[in-house]
Amino acid sequence: MNRTAHLIAVFLENKPGQTARVSKILADAGVNLCWLTIANNGTFGVMKFLVDQCDLAVTALKQQGLMVSLLPVLAVETDNRPGALLRVTDSLRAQNINLDNCSGFVAGEHALLLVEVPNIVQARATLEEQGFRLLSQDEMLRL
Amino acid sequence: MQLVGWCAAEIRIHNHTQANQDSTWDSRGYKSPGTMFWDRELETLARPALEKIQLKGLQETVQRIAARVPFYQRRFDALGIRPEDIRSLEDINRLPFTTGADLRSIYPDGLLAVDPDVPVRLHTSSGTSGKPKAVFFSSSDVSNAAELIARSLVMTGITRRDVLQNMMSYGLFTGGLVMHYGAEKVGCLVIPAGPGSSERQLMLMQDFKVTAVHILPSYALYFAGFLEQRNINPARDLCLRKAFVGSEPHTEETRHRIEQIYGVDVYNSYGLTEMNGPGVAFECEHKAGLHLWEDNYLLEIVDPATGEPLPEGKTGELVLTTLKREAMPLLRYRTRDITSIIPEPCVCGRTHRRLQRITGRSDDMLIIRGVNLFPQQIERVLMSFPEIGRNYLIIIDGLDDLTIRAELATGAFDGYVEHLAALQARLIERIRAETWVKPTLELLPAGSLPVTEGKAKRVIDNRSL
Repeated sequence: MNRTAHLIAVFLENKPGQTARVSKILADAGVNLCWLTIANNGTFGVMKFLVDQCDLAVTALKQQGLMVSLLPVLAVETDNRPGALLRVTDSLRAQNINLDNCSGFVAGEHALLLVEVPNIVQARATLEEQGFRLLSQDEMLRL
Repeated sequence: MQLVGWCAAEIRIHNHTQANQDSTWDSRGYKSPGTMFWDRELETLARPALEKIQLKGLQETVQRIAARVPFYQRRFDALGIRPEDIRSLEDINRLPFTTGADLRSIYPDGLLAVDPDVPVRLHTSSGTSGKPKAVFFSSSDVSNAAELIARSLVMTGITRRDVLQNMMSYGLFTGGLVMHYGAEKVGCLVIPAGPGSSERQLMLMQDFKVTAVHILPSYALYFAGFLEQRNINPARDLCLRKAFVGSEPHTEETRHRIEQIYGVDVYNSYGLTEMNGPGVAFECEHKAGLHLWEDNYLLEIVDPATGEPLPEGKTGELVLTTLKREAMPLLRYRTRDITSIIPEPCVCGRTHRRLQRITGRSDDMLIIRGVNLFPQQIERVLMSFPEIGRNYLIIIDGLDDLTIRAELATGAFDGYVEHLAALQARLIERIRAETWVKPTLELLPAGSLPVTEGKAKRVIDNRSL
């Protein structure tokens, strides 16, 4: 099973109404948002999100003329208790792997870390060796 | 030549004969470059003979306007000039300049040198503010202008087998009709498409196997985006092999980009309404400067501030005198276009000297924080970045703040805000190094900026002067 999940990234001008525009496209397409973040860089921003129907969302956004890209991420399942993040980051540090971006959320019993790294193959191997469970897109959405 | 095989076989829609015995024809039915002339004798005339024709044209022009145009009569009187004083080409320095403001002041017909029933056609400049500049053509002016277009097209390799889609505006603008008449003279099938309606443009290109287009550089870039949306790769799916671009100053980088996208050779065309429109100067197959047709126009480069003549090779304002125009001759017209003469002869064998690509119109020059800069300098930097798309806007605000809004190329977004920020920083640095002004740079998603169908508006100056 493919242990890489994907975030959808959308390039937006930083002006009022842009997030609403994206939300409306997704709503009209019947796509559900599971997680989202917006990175702002002055005049522009990048909106990243996890959705239940990735292909449908990408098609709908592109049809409306938006610039869209798919970002591979590792979805690492950790325990929901103190020190869990440290275990993940320690494993990566040991292999000298730098994090591009990282975010996380807790869903019930599970805690999930979304990790963007430059070399995703190496990072995946490292984390699996350390006994971490990496979730596929489907598994993550079932949380 | 970038022609796709299957197009070549089907291109011959109308009957052609092999017009020019000098040329060799390749297996696909096209003349190979290197020996293409419309009027070999005039195009390769030795300089002394060419200058003799120029002097005759100048003397006749001066005599005629001294007799018939009160506007020039008054200027000659004020300067104490008589037509017989013009004995050599150097005597041009004694004649007065004509400016765009003069043309507006004598609007509509104060510079006519013929009886009112002689002109057969009127063109005007766009006239964005107030009255336009009106230019009259007699019947012989119309055919002369077509002759120069014919020379220009043929020297790029165009033959009567070509199908030319003219995507310039028909009407008062010269880019439509003047090009049209010239291309017909060559014997091309000419499609008077005009600008806009991209859907219809594409249909015409496909259905009539169009091999050449005459197009604004900004529209060529916009139209590329339209084709991309429809998954059409022009280099593969169309029969185009040449594009003639002009009417807007553009850079070498823009030429390369259009050539890459369309898989064509792009030739730079220079002209202005006041001098009949396109066909004043044009690139030959070597694409190394624009041959100005010197039997029709006397060419000077002057210091734009003082009007003093500059030697060959120096950059200054192009000044043109019509040598053959009947209805409305113009003496020493200040084009406001900045360029220089390339002194070396061209390997094509033409003796008509070449101009460097126009680096800007002196009217377009911006002064920002005491620094002179042309919008083309910024365009050159933007177009050298493959990550940057086709549309951009330069805005000057308040206290000389330079803002550049540039669209990202489709496909250049990889999802990382960090990469966009790095690109932004590199662009700012390159523009600062090129212009000595540090801009604010706004990266935009493709399709964010407004698109115009006519000449693109690239600069918005909000300073209250």
